[in-house]
Amino acid sequence: MTQPVFWGLVGMALVVMGLYALIVHAHLLRKVLALNIMSSGVFLVFIGLARRAPGEGTPPAADPVPQAMVLTGIVVAVAATGLALALIVRLRALTGRTTLGDEGGH
Amino acid sequence: MPLQLLGPGGLGPDLLLAAVFLPLAAALVCFLLPRLAATLGLISALLTAAATLALMLGVLAGGGMEVQLGGWQAPLGIRWRSDGLSAALMAMTAVVGAMVSLYAAAYFRHTAYERTYFWPIWLVLWAALNALFLSADLFNLYVTLELLGFAAVSLTALGGGAAALTGAIRYLLVSVLGSLAYLLGVALVYHGCGTVDIALVAACVPDAPRPALKVAVAAMIAGLLLKTALFPFHVWLPPAHGSAPAPVSAVLSALVVKASFYLVLRLWLDVLGGGDGDGSGRWLAELLGVLGAAAVIWGSVLALRQARLKLLIAYSTVAQIGYLFMAFPLAVAGGAAAWTGALYLALAHGLAKAAMFLSAGSLLRFGGHDRIAELDSAVHRLPLTLTAFALAGVSIMGLPPSGGFIGKWLLLEAAFQQGRFVLAAVILLGGVLAAAYVFKVVGHAFTPAERERRLRSVPPGMEWSALLLALAAIVLGLTLPLISPLLQVGTDAAVAPPVSAAVALTAGGAV
Repeated sequence: MTQPVFWGLVGMALVVMGLYALIVHAHLLRKVLALNIMSSGVFLVFIGLARRAPGEGTPPAADPVPQAMVLTGIVVAVAATGLALALIVRLRALTGRTTLGDEGGH
Repeated sequence: MPLQLLGPGGLGPDLLLAAVFLPLAAALVCFLLPRLAATLGLISALLTAAATLALMLGVLAGGGMEVQLGGWQAPLGIRWRSDGLSAALMAMTAVVGAMVSLYAAAYFRHTAYERTYFWPIWLVLWAALNALFLSADLFNLYVTLELLGFAAVSLTALGGGAAALTGAIRYLLVSVLGSLAYLLGVALVYHGCGTVDIALVAACVPDAPRPALKVAVAAMIAGLLLKTALFPFHVWLPPAHGSAPAPVSAVLSALVVKASFYLVLRLWLDVLGGGDGDGSGRWLAELLGVLGAAAVIWGSVLALRQARLKLLIAYSTVAQIGYLFMAFPLAVAGGAAAWTGALYLALAHGLAKAAMFLSAGSLLRFGGHDRIAELDSAVHRLPLTLTAFALAGVSIMGLPPSGGFIGKWLLLEAAFQQGRFVLAAVILLGGVLAAAYVFKVVGHAFTPAERERRLRSVPPGMEWSALLLALAAIVLGLTLPLISPLLQVGTDAAVAPPVSAAVALTAGGAV
């Protein structure tokens, strides 16, 4: 197993775990954490599998472009987390709920 | 010729930049000067709309245009490109945006909190939409998609109540999940091609490793379907669109949902060349068509069963999105006119749905509620609003001469030519169901009032903006000679694939 394939598989495993947690957990904080784990997985796939010139047999060198993109992605993920947490805090202050409330628990 | 001045050689590239940076800068100023937010917001919204419409005329007269941001070239730099497809959607955004801004100026007049925050977020949303329509770079598209999502979520939460917050949180989770799936696809495309520029990726697609490319396409399209709220991913849409203030619902339903549809179309036409060449593109198109048909039936039936007007309109959006995806199997099988039909439906739905949500907002303001059964006698007090609703309904039903009619006609024609009678039947049935739910509302509005209620007056700005949008949806049907050439601008394969591509696709599908 080559290194890119290894990191790609680890990233995909994180994505699948995050997706599972996002679906099964009702608590909103857990959903936000699950999304964060998913995005870490996606970033890992992005960096792990990146290569500059497809098809060449050269030894893999670090490709700076996806790293710059993932940095942007991290900023987006932080912004999403902040927005989600602000909304959840407000929802809890208003209603005392920390779930979406459509699973029967009011 | 004066129009050439707006083209690629003249003001065109500046207009292209203005369409994004004008609303973005205005949003910042509105945020910093909350007292002036409403005035500044309205002025800059109208300026943005004017710049965008001028850009569309420039594209129509002088062809597509491109800007390399900061002068950096394609593999590293960010390319912005305006062709017929994006210019048409930006123009629709401009018309809806200008009217929604006029409406919002009246709607939020007496609510200081919402007035302060509506304008900056709405202008950021508009900037994100224009940037999304202009981006020619898969990663930049991801960033604009997220910007759009955050702005849309914040607008949904604007009302501040528990229902609005719950709708906003669910919307945020869905939106981030969809964007992550899209980003996963971008990562795999980068793995295969080493670039994210759409033109360079398209050139590399035929040689890219197949399994990775298939997973990439599946992830990107699945993520975008989630954001477009195609059946069965639609459950988040009605609560979010139904609980927001009226101008926000109009923007979400008319524009935001179209952005991710545009992206699916862009990927399909420009990156995959109308299918991915080995037969699986055909299957994907059939799957999208089946989901679209299911959305038309399911969304229309649920719309009929709603007791509240805004939820009825939101479910109608679910149904109308279905039509857009029914074009895929028809177009891939050779009926290129189906693309034009889908685009026409997207434009007409944008105008008509915004008009419907704005009229619903006026009715809500007028009677203090939006229960359909108690809309009695609204027609005498708010004739303009009811006219707007009914005219928008004409376009949603697909009656001539509206824009919705042209779109449905082109889809029906393609369906009959290819002998796809099930799809044709669904298109017709969807129209009948749409007529049923539109008349359900109009019928209740015409019944005489049983008792006197406390009613509030509605400012003329709210009534007229909805009416103008509904009229635009009708007039759109008469502009086929103008818009049809616009949709061909700057496209090689898009909208009307050359005969050879269509033949290759059919041959690919047969393997």
